Amino acid sequence: MSEPISALNGAIYNQGIAEILALDPIGMISIRGDLSAGYLKKPIKKITGLGMPEMRGINLNGQTGIAWMSPDETLLICTYAEVGAHLDTLQNSIGSNHALAVNVSDARAVFRLKGKHIREVLAKLAPVDMSPENFAVGTIRRTRLAQVPAAFWMVDAETAHLVCFRSVAQYVFDLLKTAAQPGSEVNYYKR
Amino acid sequence: MLVLTCPNCGITAEETEFHAGGEAHLTRHGPGASDDDFEKYLFMRDNPKGVHFERWRHVYGCGKWFHAARDTMTLEIFGTYTAQTSTVPQDIIDKITDRRPDWQKSDAR
Ligand SMILES: [Zn+2]
Repeated sequence: MSEPISALNGAIYNQGIAEILALDPIGMISIRGDLSAGYLKKPIKKITGLGMPEMRGINLNGQTGIAWMSPDETLLICTYAEVGAHLDTLQNSIGSNHALAVNVSDARAVFRLKGKHIREVLAKLAPVDMSPENFAVGTIRRTRLAQVPAAFWMVDAETAHLVCFRSVAQYVFDLLKTAAQPGSEVNYYKR
Repeated sequence: MLVLTCPNCGITAEETEFHAGGEAHLTRHGPGASDDDFEKYLFMRDNPKGVHFERWRHVYGCGKWFHAARDTMTLEIFGTYTAQTSTVPQDIIDKITDRRPDWQKSDAR
């Protein structure tokens, strides 16, 4: 069995105002359909122990989570190894209903940002109000990072996770490194 | 720069997170249409200086389409509304006439 390796294989940058780490592959299942339907809500509850998130919300429970992506799309997050089993659970529940669950883990790259300046590192790259009042733990934001799509959420006050397409992992890592370079603090959110 | 609010996900962001989709509320003339109607549908567009109805897509966000009413000269956004309509909702018309008392709904097609 071949070993899953992330696009940047654990690359880390910690010389700047925030630590940027390319995480090892995590499991991601894209689910589309009527998010209020029991055949989606039930298996999601069974897998994550969590309810369907509110608009723009992300519910996290340790390694698993469920994120609101659009009015008819949600993203299930889990460990890489569990994806197959969870897909079976979802597909058994969906049956012949008009909904879709697909493994997108290998299409993505995941980064962890750590430190007290991560809000401004992200604010330099995305057209998002990163103030703690507007962007709190429990919120996910799909947006662009410079020229490519990305989504991110706060795990705690000084940790954020960010996903992008695997094909642009190096570009996103370079962006984050540049935005986090030494001496580039803005201190905008520290008042 | 335009600041748009996506009615599908509630996010307000500047225009670089969106993609413009051209004039809204066109009547589609497809197979079986006259050449004139088909030409109009494909090529003929209003180009007003002032109130304009447009299609937009929240391309870097939720990915969904919606409609926007804006002023092409001042870049003021009067409002955004669902893509699931072929007519302009009354509350959007009210917002426009509030700001542009001289504007007539018949100006829009
Ligand atoms: Zn949206």
